[in-house]
Amino acid sequence: MKTNAFAYRRADTVEDAVRIAREEGDEARFLAGGQSLLAAMNFRLDEPTALIDISRIEDLRGVSRGDGEIVIGALTRHADVEASPVIAEHLPLVAAAIREVAHPAIRNRGTFGGSLALADPAAELPACAVALDARIHIAGPGGARAVAADDFFRGLYETALEPGELVTHVTVPLPAPEARHGFAELARRHGDYAMTGLAMMRAPERTRVVYFALSERPVRARAAEAAIERGASPADCAAVADEGLDVLGDNSASEATKRHYARVLLRRALEAIASPETTS
Amino acid sequence: MTGTQSITLHVNGEAVHAHVEPRLPLVDFLREHLGLTGTHVGCAHGVCGACSLRVDGRVVRGCLMLAVQADGATVETLEGLSERVALADLQDAFHRHNALQCGFCTAGMLLTAAELLEARDSVPARAEIRAHISGNYCRCTGYQAIVDAVAEVAANRIGGQA
Repeated sequence: MKTNAFAYRRADTVEDAVRIAREEGDEARFLAGGQSLLAAMNFRLDEPTALIDISRIEDLRGVSRGDGEIVIGALTRHADVEASPVIAEHLPLVAAAIREVAHPAIRNRGTFGGSLALADPAAELPACAVALDARIHIAGPGGARAVAADDFFRGLYETALEPGELVTHVTVPLPAPEARHGFAELARRHGDYAMTGLAMMRAPERTRVVYFALSERPVRARAAEAAIERGASPADCAAVADEGLDVLGDNSASEATKRHYARVLLRRALEAIASPETTS
Repeated sequence: MTGTQSITLHVNGEAVHAHVEPRLPLVDFLREHLGLTGTHVGCAHGVCGACSLRVDGRVVRGCLMLAVQADGATVETLEGLSERVALADLQDAFHRHNALQCGFCTAGMLLTAAELLEARDSVPARAEIRAHISGNYCRCTGYQAIVDAVAEVAANRIGGQA
């Protein structure tokens, strides 16, 4: 299995990347970690005419604490997110999720922004971005803009990115000190894509229950969020976990099974949050 | 920008200069251009781990990286790591524990296990060893002997006793 032939161009800056993308046209792809793109190209599921290698744009790498928010550069590799003390201290939801992203060797190359831009429905990080009310920052021919995570993910591998645009960084508002998170996924083997997964935040002013691998995109379970805010028991919240959600069965599990998993995962997460020894 | 690209990299301590097609995977460059066949090619889409090699100190999939992306990088393969005796205790433990049968996955297993042991200052539990090698498939051993071998080396290297 080999990819088709393509042109390879390296961008040194974001401006460079946007300019080259304009020159190469709609069939060019940005190459970041390449851990999904090159696999798809080896199968010829994707046959771009050009790859624009953005992986050396140093400005887009790293995690930092800004004013009331955490800034994650799009090219920050999963392994570096995993090792980041800023993430461990301020975004324990991401710290928990990142360990479930593929395998160590994939995490050594794959990038945070790449995972968001790909928008695989079974991926962990898009769901975390929605649960954390993250904003996705974008550069492109029309200039820079930012989109709320919940508006960024549109459908199956479909995002708000327009042709020629790339993700530059993600900003995540600092969770309140009292905030609690829940993360759980069911997969057949460690590192496999989830059959169903859950990322949730419980803060005084907001509750987010977000599922991945359940629908075409990460979805908020609003009935469950309302039940949690009413103070319902974990079992009662879990009973409405999949209410109103468009659930798609796939090769890993049927629709009915996924609905069951969704309820199980929420009950487990709420019980873990409620028990005093798990305070993070 | 089509046609071949010029790359310069270090492979197992030696400077290499080459002209490659953009679509050439790094693992194919190592195997076919440099004759370093210790790194294997299995699935070619990042699932099996047979093509594991080190780029700038980190274990990566050689099938999910292009040779052009390695321009300026430091690459190490099983051959280089064996030569500088970085894997000798692991290789010996794999041998004694029968942690391989056909050997196809072994190079990737050794590199992945070595990465775990080098990153740790405490002895990893068996579950951590399993999680770390979860991206490396072995279709012969059932993994028990591999975990036994890695656990023994971990105890010797990090635990400090034989």
